Amino acid sequence: MKFATLERLLRDRSEKSSVVLATNLNTGDERLVYPSDLEGENGLDPAVAQAAGEAFRSDRSKTIETEEGPVFLHVFNPPLRMIIVGAVHIAQPLARMAALAGYDVTIVDPRAAFATDERFPGVTLLTEWPDDALETLAPDSRTAVVTLTHDPKLDDPALEVALRSSAFYVGSLGSKKTHAARLQRLTETGFGEDDLNRINGPVGLAIGARSPAEVAVSIVAQVTQTLRQEA
Amino acid sequence: MTPQQSQHTWQEDVLGQAAEWKSQGDDVALATVVTTWGSSPRPVGSQLAVHGDGKFVGSVSGGCIEGAVVLEALKTMDDGEPRLLDFGVTHEQAWEVGLACGGKVQVFVEKLK
Repeated sequence: MKFATLERLLRDRSEKSSVVLATNLNTGDERLVYPSDLEGENGLDPAVAQAAGEAFRSDRSKTIETEEGPVFLHVFNPPLRMIIVGAVHIAQPLARMAALAGYDVTIVDPRAAFATDERFPGVTLLTEWPDDALETLAPDSRTAVVTLTHDPKLDDPALEVALRSSAFYVGSLGSKKTHAARLQRLTETGFGEDDLNRINGPVGLAIGARSPAEVAVSIVAQVTQTLRQEA
Repeated sequence: MTPQQSQHTWQEDVLGQAAEWKSQGDDVALATVVTTWGSSPRPVGSQLAVHGDGKFVGSVSGGCIEGAVVLEALKTMDDGEPRLLDFGVTHEQAWEVGLACGGKVQVFVEKLK
């Protein structure tokens, strides 16, 4: 690999741009392919262009055969994201565990007493109203949204934005009773059964979690299961 | 990855380390898992950065083939030629560096130029 290519890759990574590094495994020749390169004339082998598009979408790198020999398509997508609504106690271990699992974590809570740097060192905190914050963050198919406040005034607006997005995971903390009431409210807002089935509630895998850290484990496990087993 | 993330995630910053070594004027090779068959310990895209003195960061297996890959990386640093290596139970080197899990992996090794 040329050093210039590596420097470009590192710059793309820090700017959170998606890129595929296509390397001919016989010759070592390489080229960086950006999503914008896939539109119009690009001088790419059609097989490479098609596979690069798939690699961006599936987030999976792979080797393909071309007339020029085998080409490895190494996809570098920006990190997965987790948006946590509610700077509550469970959010503290959850933010740390999600970061360990590779997520870029943002916590949303308009209550300034909760969302403090002292309680969440090194985590991005937004103190806007959840629906405004989520509209700005624009969850996509590589984003998980978890609401933790128990407060319909904060959770519901966030869920409404999440359900209109392509977020791959939506979860909401609360007992079965709380969750049933939540579904009732969202139904009245106009969401249908398919939308509501996307909400994992009560949030997390049923592992008998008790402490905030254990609940965080169950949530990270369920997010991982959704990401990896439904692909 | 931002500095904030590399601080919080367990993953080593393999490419960042490779760039740092190279910018110091040292020889560096990159090894990348490009194909896997069956059960394999590390997914396609996993990387190892190898320094000219033999030290490395990252992983391309659970530890079973790193030694062999480092040796090939040193050869690549010498002659500049990329190499495509096959490891697996059918490989004649299986007794030495085969994968205990029974899977097969193909690893591409190239010099950082």
